[in-house]
Amino acid sequence: MDAKQKALADLIAENPNTLRAAWMRELAIDVKRTNLMGEAELQGQCQEFLMRLEHAIRHGELEDIGAPSWTPVRDYLTEVSQRRANLGFSPADTATFVFSLKKPLFMYLQERSGNDSMLVEQIWQTTALLDRLGLYVMEVYQKSREEIIARQQDEMLELSTPVVKLWDGILALPLIGTLDSNRTQVVMETLLQRIVDTNSEVAIIDITGVPTVDTLVAQHLIKTVSAAKLMGVECVVSGIRPQIAQTIVHLGVGLGDIVTKGNLAGAFEYALRRVGMTTTPIRSES
Amino acid sequence: MERIPILRMGEFLLVTIQVDMHDRLAMRLQDDLTEKIAETGARGVMIDISSLEIVDSFIGRVLANIASMSRVLDAQTVVVGMQPAVAITLVELGLELPGVLTALNVDKGMEVLRGTLAKAVEEQGGDRHPT
Amino acid sequence: MIVTRHESLRIQDEDEIVKIRQQARRWAADLGFSLVDQTKMVTAASEIARNTVVYGGGGTVDIEMVQAGDRQGLRLSFVDAGPGISDVELALRDGYTTGSGLGLGLGGARRLVNDFEIDSRPGQGTRVVITRWK
Repeated sequence: MDAKQKALADLIAENPNTLRAAWMRELAIDVKRTNLMGEAELQGQCQEFLMRLEHAIRHGELEDIGAPSWTPVRDYLTEVSQRRANLGFSPADTATFVFSLKKPLFMYLQERSGNDSMLVEQIWQTTALLDRLGLYVMEVYQKSREEIIARQQDEMLELSTPVVKLWDGILALPLIGTLDSNRTQVVMETLLQRIVDTNSEVAIIDITGVPTVDTLVAQHLIKTVSAAKLMGVECVVSGIRPQIAQTIVHLGVGLGDIVTKGNLAGAFEYALRRVGMTTTPIRSES
Repeated sequence: MERIPILRMGEFLLVTIQVDMHDRLAMRLQDDLTEKIAETGARGVMIDISSLEIVDSFIGRVLANIASMSRVLDAQTVVVGMQPAVAITLVELGLELPGVLTALNVDKGMEVLRGTLAKAVEEQGGDRHPT
Repeated sequence: MIVTRHESLRIQDEDEIVKIRQQARRWAADLGFSLVDQTKMVTAASEIARNTVVYGGGGTVDIEMVQAGDRQGLRLSFVDAGPGISDVELALRDGYTTGSGLGLGLGGARRLVNDFEIDSRPGQGTRVVITRWK
């Protein structure tokens, strides 16, 4: 460990409380949404981080924070970042936790060196500027990632609602996976629009692939069936699992006068009859 | 005075609502239709609402009233062409138009009317045979 | 919450209910509401506007585009100086009506929007504020 590095570690070790206080003042200025975290929690975070930082500087290399000696610092930063993400801090505000320690540290360093305060000031200004630019880049990057994720979620919603035509006048909507309120609404709108587009008379909603149904989803299903009825179209629900049947009864939702069938085949046969068709086996010629 | 035209097609009356209906216009339609049913002896009424962008509780009530009144006058009413967004909104509003027959479009509405009429004739053992 | 666009309209008679509907539709479309969301908001506006005319003896509506954080919404505030509602809870219940309607107006409208506020004083008037978020 060189002398400069030891001096830095000493500086932290000798002034833990004043350094922490100065740091917290900086944080109060730089972080916009201070109301997200209590004073006591913030103080605890600053204190713990300074302790681990001092230890890492004293026993490790400054150039490689990926080294094992920096593990306690990295672990703690991970914890701090996750906590802040959960509390709703922006990426920039989260990163500022680290960056805002610079100014107090630089001030102590300046006091120590005692000379050429102009140079220290210039270094401080430059590094602060670059930090801000760096933070801006990160923020923009994060935002565009989120936009991509949101778009992909939308696309997945569309993909996961395949309305298929089984016969002239008969549509089927095989639902797979967990239904949340949001998805059920998209499904409902897609199905009703496809009914109009395809000029259908019967729609089968098959929920064989749906593991559970809660009250909201059950109500959405019932509303879909009612809306279809207003449009002059009958809906059949098929593939209700025994557990879901129990849930529906326990929740007291009740499916009203909705036609239900055990499986998709049964529903299809019912629908065929509704549009004036029947199925008969092909007689084998002998 | 603004009016919604009522077309006569054989035994049926056809109404196409193409404007954003204000309340008085809806009430006038109710009056005109019942009068026309009595006057023509129509057996069925078809109301096409495919151009209607909203149906609120007032218009919903007028539609339900027309259906009940025409039934008293021995005519069936079928409401056709309700848009999906309108249907979803009506269900949320709590208005499910019980007693009103519905169909997807004019063609299917005609089938519904013919079907109910044929059934009624059969039940009465009457001698009318709709085509 | 900040207001980004605002317009005041009078509602005195039934023809003006239609105007409110058309204006609410236009603004909801400008905000990029889906067709279903537009329809729900316009229907709710129609119900409340009719209440303002029929029970409140006419009044005004403020149409506003509002922004709260990242989300945008459409807010409609209906104000009348009519007789007011003595029991608001009862008036919100489905099937309750003092007029000739189905009694779905207020309660139904509440289900069609995200935020619903009603403030009514007997003898002074009624104020209903509905908001739907994008």
